[in-house]
Amino acid sequence: MAAIVSVKNLRKTYDTGFEALKSVNLDIEEGEILALLGPNGAGKTTLISTICGITVPTSGTVSVGGFDTVLEYRQARSLIGLVPQEINLEPFETVQNTVAFSRGLFGKPRDDAKVAAILKSLSLDDKAKSKVKELSGGMKRRVLIAKALAHEPRVLFLDEPTAGVDVELRRDMWNVVADLKATGVTIILTTHYIEEAEAIADRVGVISKGQILLVQDKAELMSQMGKKQLRVDLAERATTIPSSLSDYDLALEKDGTVLVYTYDTRHERTGIRRLLNEMNDAGLVMTDLQTQQSSLEDIFVGLVKDDA
Amino acid sequence: MAMNLTAIKSIYRFEMARFFRTITQSLVSPVLSTSLYFVVFGTAIGSRIDTVEGVSYGAFIVPGLIMLSVMTQSTSNASFGIYFPKFIGTIYELLSAPVNFIEITIGYVGAAATKALFIGAIIFITAFFFVDIQVAHPVWMVAFLVMTCVSFALLGFIIGIWAGNFEQLQLIPLLIITPLVFLGGSFYSVTMLPPVWQTITMFNPVVYLISGFRWAFFDAADVPVGLSLLAISLFMGACLTAIWWIFSTGWRIRQ
Repeated sequence: MAAIVSVKNLRKTYDTGFEALKSVNLDIEEGEILALLGPNGAGKTTLISTICGITVPTSGTVSVGGFDTVLEYRQARSLIGLVPQEINLEPFETVQNTVAFSRGLFGKPRDDAKVAAILKSLSLDDKAKSKVKELSGGMKRRVLIAKALAHEPRVLFLDEPTAGVDVELRRDMWNVVADLKATGVTIILTTHYIEEAEAIADRVGVISKGQILLVQDKAELMSQMGKKQLRVDLAERATTIPSSLSDYDLALEKDGTVLVYTYDTRHERTGIRRLLNEMNDAGLVMTDLQTQQSSLEDIFVGLVKDDA
Repeated sequence: MAMNLTAIKSIYRFEMARFFRTITQSLVSPVLSTSLYFVVFGTAIGSRIDTVEGVSYGAFIVPGLIMLSVMTQSTSNASFGIYFPKFIGTIYELLSAPVNFIEITIGYVGAAATKALFIGAIIFITAFFFVDIQVAHPVWMVAFLVMTCVSFALLGFIIGIWAGNFEQLQLIPLLIITPLVFLGGSFYSVTMLPPVWQTITMFNPVVYLISGFRWAFFDAADVPVGLSLLAISLFMGACLTAIWWIFSTGWRIRQ
């Protein structure tokens, strides 16, 4: 698939001298959900702001739908919807008018039916005539999304859509994102919740200190970098690992009652069967066993730590 | 690419909606303060002054009073209009929308100037209840009024972009505009001042605006009408240049 957003050698140095983006290259494919994962201050928001035109790049280019975001900003920005991190809304206006305003601002002719349909898709239809300030926090976030969708963008940026949101609302937001993807909208979301990227993204990009460390298919990333662990509960406490098992990556945990074997899923043979046989030969009796897949979080922590 | 007219309309409508939401306070306070001015200056004090340049004092102060309200209202409306999105954060939308600075300025300044025009019209009508007034040059009156509304709305727009907090937002109107307007001949003719002050007064740009506006009413002015027109054009040009510079550099808006 063709890239709908293409970021090339993008740099941003603020007036304070802070280098928020250091030569970022990123291609986002049409129709995908890309999660940009990174710790606070990694440059996630700066990257989004620069693509959307809020921040001026120091150097480098960004194109959206083939349009340069600086030279052809009208065409480029018309394709983009942005949901900011903070709940920035005009408190005294009604939901309906606020959303209609956004549509007009992006140059689309007034279309009350379209606005109503967007509100309905976000379960805001019964709040259409309410003032924004009367809504709950979760509802306000939905209004932000409705505003971003008002001009029917092809690319939607969600900056930390679930920061400070309770668990139920977060799942709710994930469903909204899934529904949007089904309509063909390309979605880029930033988050520092790994579980969020794991739950909804097609691809995951890891950003740290203004640099993209990697962008990869989520499943591929997890299988490639994921390590698995086999935990064996021992019948009797072991003080040392028998020397006959020294070829394996083993560790004793829980006071010697659990033997942990770490193996790589990339290898053709995991060595589990052989290990169990050899354990038996060494006289270690097991009572139970379980395996654990390392999460995206472990991968992420590993990456960011390596970078530090 | 053509102008994003829909965006201008949207900004204008959104801002006018703010005005109509608070219509009572928007209109009651200028009407009340104008009525007070008429009672105090027009009736109480004015009864002891015969005429100024052949016009009854009560009628003489009408153009100045309208100008006073219109200048302060267009400045504060425009400054608040653009400062508020900055304050509540909704400015992100303006910056990420396919609009340029001309469209943003027309939308906000147009709405602020319209509000001020409304208020100017209301004061004009209120004045009818207190004094007899005739307008010698109605077209010029409207032209001066519109130009004043627009140029002070432009000034307010600049203040709103510059202001970092609500205090600063109030500061310029309070410290600069109000004194300039009061000393600009709202309540007196410049010829009533001692010669030294007459000269100093000529450096006050508001003198030219009020004089021109008063000329449209009574066909009598402190300074030639041409000078008044030149002054307001220069002022408007200066504001437009400043706004162009602000948007081309992103000063205080875009990092």
